[in-house]
Amino acid sequence: MYVLPAFAVYFCFAVLPALHTAYLSLFEWDGVTLGDWVGLGNYQEIFQDSILRRSVLNALVLVVFFSFIPIVVGLAMTGLLARFRRPGMGAYRFLFMLPQVVPLVAVGVTWRWLYGDDGLVNQTFRAVGLDGVTRAWLGDFGAALIAVGLVGTWVLSGLCMMLFLSGVQKVDSSLYEAARLDGAGPVREFVSVTLPHLRGEIAVAMTVTTVAALASFDIVYVTTNGGPGEQTTVPGLLVYRLAFSEGKVGLAAALAVVLGCLILGIVYLINRLSRSES
Amino acid sequence: MNTATRQERWSGYALLTVMAIAVVIPFLSVFLASLQPAGTPVVGLTWPERWSWDNYEQAWSVAGFSDLIGHSLTIAVGVVPASLVLAALAGYALGTMKLPGGNAVAAFFIAGLTIPVELIVVPLYFDLRGLGLTNSYLGVILVEIALFMPFSVFWMRTHFQSTPPSLVEAARIDGASSATILLRILLPLARPSLMTLGLLVFMWSWNQFLLVLVLIQDTTKHTAPAGLGFFVGQNSTDIPTLAAGTIIVMLPILILFVIFQRSFIAGLLQGAMKG
Repeated sequence: MYVLPAFAVYFCFAVLPALHTAYLSLFEWDGVTLGDWVGLGNYQEIFQDSILRRSVLNALVLVVFFSFIPIVVGLAMTGLLARFRRPGMGAYRFLFMLPQVVPLVAVGVTWRWLYGDDGLVNQTFRAVGLDGVTRAWLGDFGAALIAVGLVGTWVLSGLCMMLFLSGVQKVDSSLYEAARLDGAGPVREFVSVTLPHLRGEIAVAMTVTTVAALASFDIVYVTTNGGPGEQTTVPGLLVYRLAFSEGKVGLAAALAVVLGCLILGIVYLINRLSRSES
Repeated sequence: MNTATRQERWSGYALLTVMAIAVVIPFLSVFLASLQPAGTPVVGLTWPERWSWDNYEQAWSVAGFSDLIGHSLTIAVGVVPASLVLAALAGYALGTMKLPGGNAVAAFFIAGLTIPVELIVVPLYFDLRGLGLTNSYLGVILVEIALFMPFSVFWMRTHFQSTPPSLVEAARIDGASSATILLRILLPLARPSLMTLGLLVFMWSWNQFLLVLVLIQDTTKHTAPAGLGFFVGQNSTDIPTLAAGTIIVMLPILILFVIFQRSFIAGLLQGAMKG
């Protein structure tokens, strides 16, 4: 009785549409006329079409910047900071969480400008005499995907850091004392005390950031809209484009299903791994 | 020994400060740009010669950000209370009662945590158009409630699971109905959890982009982020006005964050743990 209203809304506006997407993915449909049944044809097209394949690969590259680097940064910071309980963390915590709360669209607009010809990034390079490095970052074939990825690094590093730092607070400080008495150096201490205790937090950070990378849309849409060429196209962008400007609804649905399965699979894998290890 | 730790301590702070600066500079740079005279080409991080707030007026009235903010608020006002009520009810039942199949239902909700907007947005557009709910706030509100429901239910269920069962049992022995128990005893205790959930749901609703872009194609009805995304495509040359618009879109959530930072941060970190 109490569960029913929540369940009904969730079922009607999230679960049914997801199933409907799977159904649509079996048709070739322009959104207007009657669709044609093509079975798994759309899925076949995803694996054959270079742009579609490219978008999935780009998303996987973004995982490096959205997930891997923030986690490494967060762990490094934790390793350096874990030995002390320090006052004044509140202010840092506030600042590090800041990119988490503002709309990603606003983040995208901000970075689009920072990466511009006269933007802060180029200004900085010029100031230190590296004029040769300057370029229109988001329009550069070689640099655009990395530039977009670094925006994700900027957004998600703080979250990872705070997750790890708050995880470390829960570690019994006597463990550190014991390690120190045993003559463990900072590195040893990090590997044998800090890291094992953060296993749960690392799994969580991986899950959250990987999903953010795979399902990225806002930042890419605002900064590059997939360009130059197809350098920064991601599945989210193509689902939107295929369904609503190119009239390939079935193909868009199939891509959405592939994306959904990819996310589900990775989340499942991370959870499995973190559980079996602990 | 003492000096070594002090050194270590200071280098730790130095490191934190470097990271903090890296976080803050983009915000600072867009804020300073918003204070430059309208239409001027702004280079990187430039201190404005005189502080002009004209761009905010410009963005607010001419570029229509007052309307956009209003639309976003309309949606949030629809989403937040409904989410809290539905999640509290479901969380109460799933967290305190032994329901037949309760665990399966809970697992079904949890599975929803992995649904990305991309997976549901395409048929939603066609289905809601059939119902006349595209270009309507009601449509967006319903979908957002559904989209945040897995997390909301999970959050409230965890909260109710952690309340002492003896409290509920004592009330039941006194003859209180399950509705009375929820309203009189458990909800007042749940206020901090509900507030944090409310803040998170408000934030997600405010920041939602793709869903709004698809379901509200009438640009005059856009929300703040969607409007900003559209505006940047139209006016990428007038940096000061664009910067002012960006700040306006961030401001409501920033104000809430400043006021409720404890709940926000705790919620985000715990929320990530639960997700």
